[in-house]
Amino acid sequence: MARAANVDTPTASRLRLWLRPHRVVMIAIALGLVALAAATMRWDWIERYWPLALQGLWRTIWILAVTCTLGFLLAIPLGLAQAAGPRWLAVPARAFCTVIRGTPLLLQLWLLYFGLGSLFPQFPWIRESELWPYLRQAWPYAVLGLTLSFAGYEGEVMRGAFAGVPRGQLEAARAFGMRRTTIFRRIWLPQAIQRALPTLAGETVLQLKATPLVATITVIDIYAVAGRVRQDTFIVYEPLLLLALVYLMITGIIVYAFRRLEKRLPARLG
Amino acid sequence: METLLSAFAQASLFDLLAPSPPGWGGNLLRGLANSVQIALGAFGIGLLIGTAGAYGKLYGGPVVRDLMEVYTTVVRAVPELVLILLLYYAGTDLINRLLAAMGYAPVDISGLVAGIAVLGFVQGAYATEVIRGAILSIPQGQIEAACAYGMSPLKLLRRITLPAMLPFAIPGLANLWLIATKDTALLAVVGFNELTLATRQAAGTTKAYFTFFIAAGALYLLLTLFSNVIIGWIEKRARRGMPSVGGAN
Repeated sequence: MARAANVDTPTASRLRLWLRPHRVVMIAIALGLVALAAATMRWDWIERYWPLALQGLWRTIWILAVTCTLGFLLAIPLGLAQAAGPRWLAVPARAFCTVIRGTPLLLQLWLLYFGLGSLFPQFPWIRESELWPYLRQAWPYAVLGLTLSFAGYEGEVMRGAFAGVPRGQLEAARAFGMRRTTIFRRIWLPQAIQRALPTLAGETVLQLKATPLVATITVIDIYAVAGRVRQDTFIVYEPLLLLALVYLMITGIIVYAFRRLEKRLPARLG
Repeated sequence: METLLSAFAQASLFDLLAPSPPGWGGNLLRGLANSVQIALGAFGIGLLIGTAGAYGKLYGGPVVRDLMEVYTTVVRAVPELVLILLLYYAGTDLINRLLAAMGYAPVDISGLVAGIAVLGFVQGAYATEVIRGAILSIPQGQIEAACAYGMSPLKLLRRITLPAMLPFAIPGLANLWLIATKDTALLAVVGFNELTLATRQAAGTTKAYFTFFIAAGALYLLLTLFSNVIIGWIEKRARRGMPSVGGAN
């Protein structure tokens, strides 16, 4: 009987299993707290700041997407060099990953922004080049810093993923007469990415949590908007609470998206 | 202006990084000491919260379990920077309101204590997951045997659970320690004088950005590499008698 119900409405029965009495009470308490916050705290600033907040949210998501993509593309050669490269490639790649993982991201960002930012104007040919309008802004440094950071962490993951692909598959491909680039493209890389996928969701969430640091180098992301509200209106908790909620929701979306992606790939690895 | 420029030109690397006042090396080292202090405190608090949290998640009642789940999920999903600001402002405010309600004068909470408390709270969420996984990896028979001997829960924790889970928890905890040392940099944003803020002040004053940021990076890196050596020793000791793990470093 129970099994039949399970087959008919799997989501409904799962919900009933999940929604036990103590959880109903806890949810009620949580809703009560939210109502209390809505009634007693100040939210009138939202009206004035929401266009800026939307812009900040867009910039956060944009930076996250761009740096994760670029960082992952950079992580592939870094991982490959460490797993199978010659010594003169493996040693620098390893050193890069160690340095990136061994120093705080905030320091890296400040080194790029304040360091390079103070160095570049000294060279006239840089100031006259076409890149200068970009180099004067803060976001290229933010993108570069976050990309290198993601590449450093993910490069270490890709090293393990490349090394974890069974030798037999690569030998079989070679026995088929595949060229090295074909082997890499058809077998080694797809297998490695599949192995790295479970950690990728976690890395992406970590990268999301790193994005507010760009506010310290004057990029206006969603975190910087909350800071501006605090400065302008002296309202401290409300923007921060809302900010935490926004990050929670983005994290939820990332985790959900990766779970969907993982389900579409075969789970068993040989 | 002329003299100022020539002074900067003459100020060599060693003058800038000298440990006594004209150089900024002393400030950096004091900042490093502060960072290490916060990291140690936060890691310690994180271990305590983590052990309690793991016990709550594994052996607690349904309400405790769900509360722990909410704690670990929220803390691990919200950026540390936001949590630091939120807890820093809310925590000091709450304590002062409590003190005022009880009729005491408000206190000024030092940045060191606030930093340790906040980062410890964040570390606790990660440590909970690490320790929970490690406890689950202990062969269940060991715990059953201890129960059969009639050990009290506390003795069981001290004699069996903690030592037996250690080899499984060390890689995760080592990661957490390294995260703790680097998360101290975030306290620069709330104005606590640790290594990163000291570096920025030194760099801003002397305009030698590269020198100081690279020097600070080297200090953090040294701390990481030194920690790795210590962690290696601890792991060797905790895993004594167990088969060695290939490729671990």
